[in-house]
Order: sequence, then C-alpha cells, then structure tokens
Amino acid sequence: MEAIDLQKVQKQLDCYLNQEIYFHLETSNGSYASLQGEEEMSVCAFIRNGKLKYSHGIIKGSGPYSVGLKLKEGWVYAEGLTDYEVTSDNQLLLGGYDHEGRVNIALELSSRPFKI
Amino acid sequence: MFKKVLAIYPHPDDETFGKAGALALHAKEGADITLVCATSGQMGRRMGKPFFANRETLAAIREKELKSACRVIGIRDVRMWRMQDKTLQFEDPMKLADRVETVLREVSPDLVYTYYPQFSVHPDHDALAEAVVSAIDRLPEYEQPVIYASAFSKNCERILGKPSVILDVSQVVDIKLNAIRAHRSQSEFLIEELEKALKEHPEKRDELLAPYCKEKYWKIEMKSGMIKFQKSS
Repeated sequence: MEAIDLQKVQKQLDCYLNQEIYFHLETSNGSYASLQGEEEMSVCAFIRNGKLKYSHGIIKGSGPYSVGLKLKEGWVYAEGLTDYEVTSDNQLLLGGYDHEGRVNIALELSSRPFKI
Repeated sequence: MFKKVLAIYPHPDDETFGKAGALALHAKEGADITLVCATSGQMGRRMGKPFFANRETLAAIREKELKSACRVIGIRDVRMWRMQDKTLQFEDPMKLADRVETVLREVSPDLVYTYYPQFSVHPDHDALAEAVVSAIDRLPEYEQPVIYASAFSKNCERILGKPSVILDVSQVVDIKLNAIRAHRSQSEFLIEELEKALKEHPEKRDELLAPYCKEKYWKIEMKSGMIKFQKSS
C-alpha cells in the first residue's frame, strides 16, 4: 500500500465501470473500544464479497479521500481513505489508516471473489 | 504438574498476550502443549507501526507470526482452523462445541486454557470459550480437564471475584517478550514504547517489566453453577 494517488485510483475505478464486481467494505473502531470508557461501545460494519455494478465511480478530496460508487438503485461510499494498492490480480485495495497504523475503514474492489 | 495442555483461542496472539508466560512454564516443565487457533486474525485492525500489512495480506502474515511465537514459547502442535475472524458468535454454537469436543477427545488434556465466557470483551473470545465449556461439560466428570480462563471485561472482578490463579512468570519473561515481538503486526506499537522506556530508564527495568511478570486466570468449576449458560446452549 502507498499514499493515495488520485489519478491512479480514478483510473482503476474506471476499469470496473458497468461490470458486476465483488466488494469488501468494513469500518470498525475496534473490538476493544468498549474498554476505553463507561460510555464507549464497539461498532463495526463488515461486508465481504458483496456484488455490485456501478455506472459512476469517483474519488474525491485532498486526503483523506472519499470514494463513491453510484449503483443503478443506490450508493456505496467510503470516507477516510489514505492508502491504496492495485494488486497483481487487478484488485483495488483502499484503506484508511490512523497514526498508529490501524485500519479505520477499507473499501476493496475485485472482478473475482476475495479469499475467505 | 500438568502433562498435557490444550490452549484454545480465536486469534493469533491470544496465546501470547497475558498467557505466554504460563505456556512457556509448561513447556519448560516438559508438558505437551497443543494450541488451537480458530481464526487467522484476518480482521485485526493493527497492521504494524508503521503499517506493513493490509486487509488482504494480514491473514498469512499473522499465521507466520503465530508459528514463530509458538516456536519461542515451545508449543509444537499448532492447529489452525482458519475460520473467519469476528464471526464466531454467528456460528452454530453446537457445531463449534462439536469441533472443540473432537480435539478434546483426541488430545485428552489435563489442563485447558481459554477465555472466560461473557467476561472477555471480544465476541470471538466469548463465543469460542462458551463452546469450550460446553464441550468439556459433555465429557464424563473424571475426564474433565482443569480450566484456566482469562477474563478482562470491566466488570470481571466485580462479578467473578479475584482471579483464582496468579502466576509469577518472571523466570520466562524474556521468552514472553520475544513471543510478543514475534507478533510484530500486532505488537510493534507496544514493544517500541517499552524498549524506548527501558533505554531511557534502565533503572526502572523491574517496574516496567512487572506487568509482564504476572498472569492471572480464573478456574472454571463445572459443577459450581457459575457457568449458567452451559446447560441451555
């Protein structure tokens, strides 16, 4: 992974236009967040190998970045992305890391299912 | 002295943080130790500091780290179940208990390490521990191993009382620290701070290492009725 290059990510987002692809989307404040204080609670959302097709996919911002995918009947978006990688399998991995190297959010796109 | 020890945890590093000392002492005494690691820890949030892993590479990295930590501790039999991290609470509890029971019958441990159900914060810890207790409950009483359970929820001491086993593991603290180092993706932030503090204040070595020298466990007494869920699950 390396710091997001807007043009490169945009180019990769355009590769998947109007195709049925797999996505991974997660965000979490950690399973131990509830230990931080009386009022704190752990929250997490996780989707692995969901399928979608988008007609419009765009990356915005000046870091951290946001990616929005416009579906025929809805939206998928992620905010707080800092780093990216295009793997040798042509998967687009986007992650939002904090100052301690922890993942706050991840959005990943692939023509083939992610490993489970 | 225990001759056969089974440690059963959901994530690579659960066997190390807070427990590597006890396990290293068993290894030193010549016990056979089996470790079951139910998931690959693929949903860990820590990726190293600075981060060197990502969501797709983390599973393989953590499995490698686990094998290396086990070599350090002296655990020779490591079983990876490779289930999906953070999903154990959604699995069928009976099937999870079946899987644990198979290992129990094969290994016949006289001591089992697990988490304390309902007092272990992470949903995987609680779910797997519940399966472990249910599986042990199925064994005839004379075959039931002693259970050392870890608990760290905010309310654990208030409800469970003081830990029943407090171990001084200072004679193996270097082994424990090396096991922690082996889990680099998860421990780098912590080791970095510890080593900095040790360098700046060598005179405070004992004080800085004190938290690593003590481990605490609660024995789960199967007949005490303390584990109320066990009959209903």
